[in-house]
Amino acid sequence: MTRWGMAIDLDRCTGCGACMAACHQENNLAAVGAEQAEKSRSFHWLRLLPEVSGSGSEVKVRYLPQPCFQCHNPPCVKVCPVHATYLSEEGIVGQIYSRCIGCRYCMAACPYNAKVFNWYEPEWPGELKQKVNPDVSTRPKGVVEKCTFCHQRILTAREEARAAGRELRDGDVTPACAESCPAQAIVFGDLDDPASRISRLARSPRAFRLYEDLGTEPKVYYLAEKE
Amino acid sequence: MTEEARPESPDIPAAEFEDSDLLRPIVESGVGFRVTSSLLLLVLLTGWVIFGRQLLYGLGVTGLNQPVAWGFYIVNFVFFIGISHAGTLISAILRLSQAEWRRPITRMAEVITVVVLAIGAFHPVLDLGRPDRALNIFTAGRLQSPLLWDVSSISAYFMASTVYLYIPMIPDIAILRDRGVWPHWFYTFLAWGWEGTPRQHAVLERAVSILMVLVIPIAVSVHTVISYIFAMTLQPGWHSTIFGPYFVVGAIFSGIAALMMVMIVLRRVFHLERYLKQVHFDYLSRLLLIMSLLWFYFTFSEYLTAFFGNEPSEMRVFFYKVSGPYAPFFWAMVVTNFLIPVLILSFRRTRTIPGIFIASLSVVIGMWLERLNIVVPSLANPRLPLPTGYYIPGLVEWVMFAGGIATFILGFVIFARFFPLISVWEIEEGRRLSVAETTERLEGYLPDPLPSAPGQPVSEGG
Repeated sequence: MTRWGMAIDLDRCTGCGACMAACHQENNLAAVGAEQAEKSRSFHWLRLLPEVSGSGSEVKVRYLPQPCFQCHNPPCVKVCPVHATYLSEEGIVGQIYSRCIGCRYCMAACPYNAKVFNWYEPEWPGELKQKVNPDVSTRPKGVVEKCTFCHQRILTAREEARAAGRELRDGDVTPACAESCPAQAIVFGDLDDPASRISRLARSPRAFRLYEDLGTEPKVYYLAEKE
Repeated sequence: MTEEARPESPDIPAAEFEDSDLLRPIVESGVGFRVTSSLLLLVLLTGWVIFGRQLLYGLGVTGLNQPVAWGFYIVNFVFFIGISHAGTLISAILRLSQAEWRRPITRMAEVITVVVLAIGAFHPVLDLGRPDRALNIFTAGRLQSPLLWDVSSISAYFMASTVYLYIPMIPDIAILRDRGVWPHWFYTFLAWGWEGTPRQHAVLERAVSILMVLVIPIAVSVHTVISYIFAMTLQPGWHSTIFGPYFVVGAIFSGIAALMMVMIVLRRVFHLERYLKQVHFDYLSRLLLIMSLLWFYFTFSEYLTAFFGNEPSEMRVFFYKVSGPYAPFFWAMVVTNFLIPVLILSFRRTRTIPGIFIASLSVVIGMWLERLNIVVPSLANPRLPLPTGYYIPGLVEWVMFAGGIATFILGFVIFARFFPLISVWEIEEGRRLSVAETTERLEGYLPDPLPSAPGQPVSEGG
């Protein structure tokens, strides 16, 4: 069974934000604008989490790119009253936009604040409207949405592999964030395949996950910086 | 049983009787009713218009955001449902413990429950991003979700408390029917063919006995599962085993306070001084005092546990409340829920009707603040190093809050227009039967007389 996972190498990450931009483009994220961002309603499936260390003149800031961690034991799925968010067989936490009632319980329950809500009807001003990705459904107002590990790309890659008459191979699927990363800091693949790059990285001594003590078992691994 | 069992049953009095002043608001409703209800309807209408705007544009019109995705609607949901514990629970406990002083109180308490429960239960719908899909709860509901526990528990409580309000009202409705009060068909329908026969009385009493036992666990479950919405998540400040009983205590606490406020206002408006006497307020305020102490005990345990554990994410929420942006609300909560009621209610000199009113109002405000202190700070302080959230409620939320309160008052205005606020037949029953019954019960508590063996002196100390 495939179990999709991601590793993000903090030694390589420059904090450029290309992953965020690519995610917006790929997944038809609405442009909420400065006014809404001011109201703390900025809209990302993947954000750059600032980590500030040191003090005085020695302040050091680094960024952790943070998508949904696709927990193996997702607190958001447990609380959903209508089965609008679920854990797929391949380990991706999905959101059914046409069923979600917008109660935002999943957002309140997520320890990582990974989900976002459509406070208004989503908008794509100007030319953005013509650039909507046909592979990803747009969302109506009043529903919760989240990172899907670019599941549309997984579907496409699987179709292509089937057409070519072969199994899906490691490296066939690359989410938009990984693809756009100039430093190639993001690695994506099957955690259950012991030979895949991702499963080797996940086993490396540099690998850690955020708040492992919560028992959520995230499938996104960070690779700590080397000294 | 024969008709003689209740020889002077004045269940259906022909003309004036001792408690007929209780029927006055129904028989002689006037301008006051029309003006008050029109004003309240206006507030309610404004609320609906504002809600329509929210439906049209989305929840963006509120002050909600990320990470504070829940605000006034959820705070008020928990608050109103808490108030609803006044009624049926208190009334059931008083009936069950055969507290004779309950008689003029139970009806009002039960009305509070039904009205406030309806208001509270509607709040999660206000909060939905897609209220048009609310019925998905039934078609696609997951019983594993604490929200579904709420839906089940609140509907059960609403059913039980409506029936529990209605059944003991039947004899009173029959009085109104027999006096030909308008609308006659309405009272005829609701009186359910009540004739006041001994068999009917027996059935009524049996029904009330079953309901009052049934309703207590349901009421306890309601606020327990509401606390579970928060406690079942992993969030700091919410994930706590004490939350179930803490919420139930808070609910009964705010419920008693709301009940006394309602009693004091209605006593003034409808001149019920003969019925709602100092003794009733005295007993209820002792109960309020105990609940205040209990509330403090729970709050202290809850916050000390968080503080002593010193877990970073818990501490972030803790300091947000005690010395951060929510400090004014947190300390106001401690003052209004603990200091003010304890100081006022502990002394006989201040335990007057105005004093009790101030203490009750203080508790109602304080319990609202408590709900605010529970919902917002945990959401505003994410575990991850994200900026601290803030929440400034928009006009929408304030108007909907006013609408909720207006609906509460309107519920009472309409109820008082059509039904007696104090149970006429239970007062009458109290006059006729309870004195003898209570005396007998009291005598039953006393030690049995010594078995009179011949030749033994009765007065042997020991």
